[in-house]
Amino acid sequence: MTITGLRRARPGAIASRRSLHVLEHDLLVFRRGWYSYLLSGLSQPFLYLVSMGIGLGLYVNRNGGVPGGVPYLDYIAPALLVTQAMMAGAFEAAWPIMGKIHWDKTYFAALNTPIGALDLLVGDLMWIGFRATLLSVLFLVVIVLLGAAASPLVVLAVPVAVLTALAFAAPIMAFAATQTGDGGFTALFRFGITPMFLFSGTFFPIERLPLFLQPLAWITPLYHGVAAARSLALGQVDPVGLTVHVAALVAVALAGLWAGRITFRRRLVV
Amino acid sequence: MIPADGSTVAADITTGRRRYHRGVPETTPPVTEQLIHARGLTKCFGSFTAVNGIDFDVAPGEAFGFLGPNGAGKTSTMRMIGTVSPVTSGELTVFGLDPAQHGARIRARLGVVPQADTLDSELSVLENLLTYGRYFDLSWAESRRRAKELLEFVQLSERSDDRVEPLSGGMKRRLVIARSLINEPSLLLLDEPTTGLDPQARHLVWDRLYRLKQRGVTLCLTTHYMDEAEQLCDRLVVMDQARIVAEGSPRQLIDRYVTREVLELRFRRADDETDDSSYLDGRLEGLAERIEQLPDRVLVYTEDGEAAAATAYERGLRPASVLVRRSSLEDVFLRLTGRSLVD
Repeated sequence: MTITGLRRARPGAIASRRSLHVLEHDLLVFRRGWYSYLLSGLSQPFLYLVSMGIGLGLYVNRNGGVPGGVPYLDYIAPALLVTQAMMAGAFEAAWPIMGKIHWDKTYFAALNTPIGALDLLVGDLMWIGFRATLLSVLFLVVIVLLGAAASPLVVLAVPVAVLTALAFAAPIMAFAATQTGDGGFTALFRFGITPMFLFSGTFFPIERLPLFLQPLAWITPLYHGVAAARSLALGQVDPVGLTVHVAALVAVALAGLWAGRITFRRRLVV
Repeated sequence: MIPADGSTVAADITTGRRRYHRGVPETTPPVTEQLIHARGLTKCFGSFTAVNGIDFDVAPGEAFGFLGPNGAGKTSTMRMIGTVSPVTSGELTVFGLDPAQHGARIRARLGVVPQADTLDSELSVLENLLTYGRYFDLSWAESRRRAKELLEFVQLSERSDDRVEPLSGGMKRRLVIARSLINEPSLLLLDEPTTGLDPQARHLVWDRLYRLKQRGVTLCLTTHYMDEAEQLCDRLVVMDQARIVAEGSPRQLIDRYVTREVLELRFRRADDETDDSSYLDGRLEGLAERIEQLPDRVLVYTEDGEAAAATAYERGLRPASVLVRRSSLEDVFLRLTGRSLVD
């Protein structure tokens, strides 16, 4: 009885199982406030799509519209879906993670059990993935309700959005494990996330950016997420382009995970 | 979950060993008699040495204490035993296993009460225990069953659905103790279990720990409270400046380092008097084997306090108050670690 964990103590085999227990913990917290998640998960996309897609879109469409002649609402909807997932991923990877390390120190409580630093990293990343999935599905529902989906492939914008969220969450979690105050996050959001939100082809094609800024957009993960989701939602899929976008997102997420493995260990195992 | 008599836990310990024997290749170190075994154990943080080559063993069923001032290296030692802090050098085995290789396996059998509560303020009292049980890979049903029993044990059943934040310090501490028992550990590590608690809360915690000890759970704790060490520990080591400076049972340490009794003489002195010894005028000389002078009183370490007090009177000393008491672990502690304040 005492040694329940003992028989399954093969490190490789148990890693995923242990990180699932970390995910479970987050779901238990989530259970307390799921209705507010649900409410904001439905109202946010509605507000954004109505104000920007329909309101602002009226002027955009009247003045020549976006390239390809698609309605502005259809153009912007998949992009907003992805940016919302990104925002959630970035936020959840920043303050809450540092809180578990630095403020509440609950990570240290978990580390007194068979749970290891890597389990915490992977488990909480899965939680962020779960949250992003939930938000993206709700967003998709609003898109469909507003008739902003040109192609049934829009469904695949959900996994793209989740992947984008993870591509932000993983490196930011790695960063969070190096922080002892929230000054770093403020700077990150002010100079990184917000400009990216505005200039990664979300609201207008990056071809409208000054020439020297365009390569900058290509290297942001958000650009790839937005471009992939948009091509799916509009039913204008270019297989090569889509592969490149998805590969870029996967690469960033894996790099973040690798960095997190180092920073988590460095911070938590001393 | 906690057996009514000590035998079951002892059996658990042996079963644990047998399993370990079966499943592990011959590269693992041999099982020793000791639950914890340390030789030359050292922990450095950069150029700072927190623990400097200490030796100790903890036997099954024992209550073992690390006594020492702040910064003596107690917590670093506990964290190494808990396998959450890598050993810099020296030898350490817990349950006969190497923490560097078998950390998770050791932790599966350990209960840890850390210095900071580290409770999850986003969860209820019960949920805090449930998630912890899950971390040990218990089923939900088993976690729930044990959690309810443990809440009963630490007298928190009525608060089971409350959030953690409004709980008092003593309640939080008891909850952390309950949490540490969810995996039915055979070894419980407690880092300053009652620091910051009021007397009632401390006694309740002591009572629970005493019961665990009676049930055969090995306790390993740090404290800077002498009464706590005297109450709980069969054996203890005094740590100071990263080293062990004394070892023994509370009684042995008192016998070895101080006299049977202490005579405390308190003098009323003028505020402007700065020379500490002038008022004694050498009149205590030869009265006892050791005399310690504090700003407001004199401690005379002697076998017979009454006799020493009489002699002091004969020599013309007129203290404002006289107290004869049995010497305590506190005297040992102050003798060994000095009176200077450690921050």
